[in-house]
Amino acid sequence: MTPAAPAPAGPGDVSVSNSVWPMYKDYLPIHRSFRNRDPATLWLAGGLGALLGVAAITFYQVRGRNRVSYRPPDDAPVRAARRQRGRATVTGRTITIDRPRSEIYAFWRDFGNLARVMENVRDVSVEDGVTRWTIRGPAERDVTILTTVTEEVGDERIEWRSTDASQIEHRGRVILRDAPAGRGTEVTLDLEYLSPGGELGRFVAKALQAEPHLQARRDLKRLKMLLETGEIATNANRRSAA
Amino acid sequence: MRALTWHGRHDVRVDTVPDPEIVNPRDAIIEVTSTAICGSDLHLYDGVIPGMLSGDILGHEFMGRVVDVGPGSTLKKGQRVVVPFTISCGSCFFCKSKLYSACDNTNPAEKQDMTEALYGHSVSSLFGYSHLTGGYPGGQAEYVRVPFSDVGPIVIPDGMEDDDVLFLSDILPTGWQGAENADIKDGDTVAVWGCGPVGLFAVQSALAMGAGRVIAIDEFPNRLALAGKLGAEVIDFKRTNVLEALTEMSGGLGPDAVIDAVGMESHGFAPDTVMDNIKQNVGIGADSAHALREAILCVRKGGTVSIPGVYGGMLDKFPLGALMEKGVQVRSGQTHVQRYLPDLLQRIGDGDLDTQFMISHRLPLEQAPTGYQNFRYNQNDWTKVVLKPGTQVN
Ligand SMILES: NC(=O)c1ccc[n+]([C@@H]2O[C@H](COP(=O)([O-])OP(=O)(O)OC[C@H]3O[C@@H](n4cnc5c(N)ncnc54)[C@H](O)[C@@H]3O)[C@@H](O)[C@H]2O)c1
Ligand SMILES: [Zn+2]
Ligand SMILES: [Zn+2]
Repeated sequence: MTPAAPAPAGPGDVSVSNSVWPMYKDYLPIHRSFRNRDPATLWLAGGLGALLGVAAITFYQVRGRNRVSYRPPDDAPVRAARRQRGRATVTGRTITIDRPRSEIYAFWRDFGNLARVMENVRDVSVEDGVTRWTIRGPAERDVTILTTVTEEVGDERIEWRSTDASQIEHRGRVILRDAPAGRGTEVTLDLEYLSPGGELGRFVAKALQAEPHLQARRDLKRLKMLLETGEIATNANRRSAA
Repeated sequence: MRALTWHGRHDVRVDTVPDPEIVNPRDAIIEVTSTAICGSDLHLYDGVIPGMLSGDILGHEFMGRVVDVGPGSTLKKGQRVVVPFTISCGSCFFCKSKLYSACDNTNPAEKQDMTEALYGHSVSSLFGYSHLTGGYPGGQAEYVRVPFSDVGPIVIPDGMEDDDVLFLSDILPTGWQGAENADIKDGDTVAVWGCGPVGLFAVQSALAMGAGRVIAIDEFPNRLALAGKLGAEVIDFKRTNVLEALTEMSGGLGPDAVIDAVGMESHGFAPDTVMDNIKQNVGIGADSAHALREAILCVRKGGTVSIPGVYGGMLDKFPLGALMEKGVQVRSGQTHVQRYLPDLLQRIGDGDLDTQFMISHRLPLEQAPTGYQNFRYNQNDWTKVVLKPGTQVN
C-alpha cells in the first residue's frame, strides 16, 4: 500500500497550552494511529478525502447547472429575481382584492386615501397636480417626497415620478387587472427608489429599502383589508395602542 | 381586569391588565363566563410554538355575555355567545370558500411577514396564540375584545348551559372536522391517535359519521376509558405494538382512515421521539411527530390520513416513502370553526352529541396556573379543565 500524503498534525501537535491535552491524548484515536500508521487510518483518510472530493464535484455541478446566465428569460416579474443589479431598488408585490377595478382605481387615484393604508406615510396632500407625501423620518423629522402623475389609464394603471424638488428620487406605479374566476382585481404595486438627496433622505431611503419587499407587501395588505372588510385588522386591545 | 398571561416556558400567571375596549367598528366586547384550557395551550406552555411574547394573554376557547358592541357588529348587548377560536373576516376569498382558518384579512399586516417566511402564506388569526397568527389577546380573562364579531360568534339560546356549548369554540368542531377529513364511508375502520379532548370528539364524530369501528390509542387508562365509553376499542401504546395490533385488528388490511389527534408533542420512548425532543429542547425543531409517523405506517393502502393535531415547523424523518408508495391522501388544517357551528349546536340541542363527559375540573380563573400544571403533568385524571372567571376561590 502506498503511504498517503504527509499526515496532518494530530491534536496533540497543536500548541495548546491547556494541560488537558496530555491527559487525554492517548485516547484520541487519530493522534495515536497516525503515529502508528495503522492501515485502517490510511483507509479512513482516503475515504474522507474521496468523500470531500465527491462533495466538491457535486457542488460545482449543481452550481453550474443553476447558473443564471445560461438561462433564457422567464415570465416572472423582474422584482421576483433572485438578484437585482443596478443602483435602484425595485420592490413590489401583487395582491388580489375582491373588489371591482373601478373601485380600487378611484380609491388609489385619490392619493389622500393612501395615508390610511401606508405604514410610513404620515400625510398625503395634493396641490396643483403635485402630490406631497410626508414620510416618517428618524427622530421625529419628516421627509417629503413630491410626485406628479406621469401616466394614467382609467381603471387600469397609474404611474408617478418624483419632481426635482423631492428629497428622494422615486418612481412608482400601480397596475390593476381582472383576477381570474371572478375573484376581483389583481393589484400590482411597483416602487423604485434611487439615490437620495441629503443626509436625511439617504437615511430614509435606506430604511425604506432595508427590507425591500416589506413596505409594498404590508401596504397592499392593509389596502385589501380596508376595501374588503371596511377596517384594518389590529390585535390592540385599546384604541390608544391601535 | 384579571387575565392569564404567558411569561415563558412553564410560566403562566394571572395578572391585572387593562380592560379591552372597542377599537374597530366590527368589534364586540365579551364578558367571559367560561373558558377552557386546550391541548394547543400546552404547546405554548411548553414553549414549542414560535412567536410568543411575554405578557401575551392566552385562551382561545371561551364564551360569555356581550357587554359592548361597535357600530359594525351584529351582536346585541346581553346576548350569550360562543366565540370561535379562529378570527375570520367573512368577506375574503377564503372565508367565502368556507376556509375560515385561512382568512386573509384578520392577521395584522405587520404580523404576516414572519408567517409568510415560515409557511409561504399568512393564515387567519387565532385568539390567545402565537404572533404568527396575529397575537390577539385571548379568552382566559374576564373580558375579551372580539374583532369581526358579526362573523364568528354564535348566539346561544337560553336554557343551554355553558358547559354544553363551550366546546363549540374549538375542540368539538376540531374533532368533527378531523373525522370529516378522514373521509369516512359506512362501515369503515378508523384509528384515532390521542384520547385527549380532540381525540375523544374525533371518536364520537367518526361514529356519528358511520364508522363501523373506531380504535383509539393513548397511554392513560382514564382517557382510554372515556374513549371506550363512547364505543371505541382501545390500544395502550405503552403496552402494545400499535402497527401490529391495528393490522391484526383490521384483518391484515390496516385502518381505512387514521386521525392524528396528538400533534407536535408525541409521548413515548421511541428513538425518533428522543431525537425530536432533543431538537425541541435546543430550539432547532418544533415538531415531535411519532404518532403521525406511526399513523402513516398503519393506514391501509389508498387510505386517508387526517391531522387535526397541531404542528408548527419543519419535520424530518418523515415517512414520505410510505405515503407515496401506498397512495395515501393527507388532510389537515386549523379548524374552520364557523363552518360547523349551526349544525353542531343543533346536534347538541337534540342530544346527539355529549359534550360534558370529558370535563374533569372546573376552576376559578385565579387558579388557571394550577389547571395548566395538572393538565400538563397529570393527564390521566385531568382530561379537560374549564375556568370560570365569575367565580371566587373558596
Ligand atoms: N386543528 C385544530 O384546529 C386544533 C384545535 C384544537 C386542538 N388541536 C390540537 O389537537 C391536539 C390534541 O389536543 P388535545 O386538547 O386533545 O390535547 P391533549 O394534550 O389533552 O391530548 C393529547 C393526547 O395524546 C396522547 N398521546 C401522546 N403521544 C401519543 C402517542 N405517541 N400515541 C397516541 N397517543 C398519544 C396523550 O397521552 C394525550 O392524551 C393538540 O396538538 C392540539 O394542539 C388542533
Ligand atoms: Zn384549542
Ligand atoms: Zn376572511
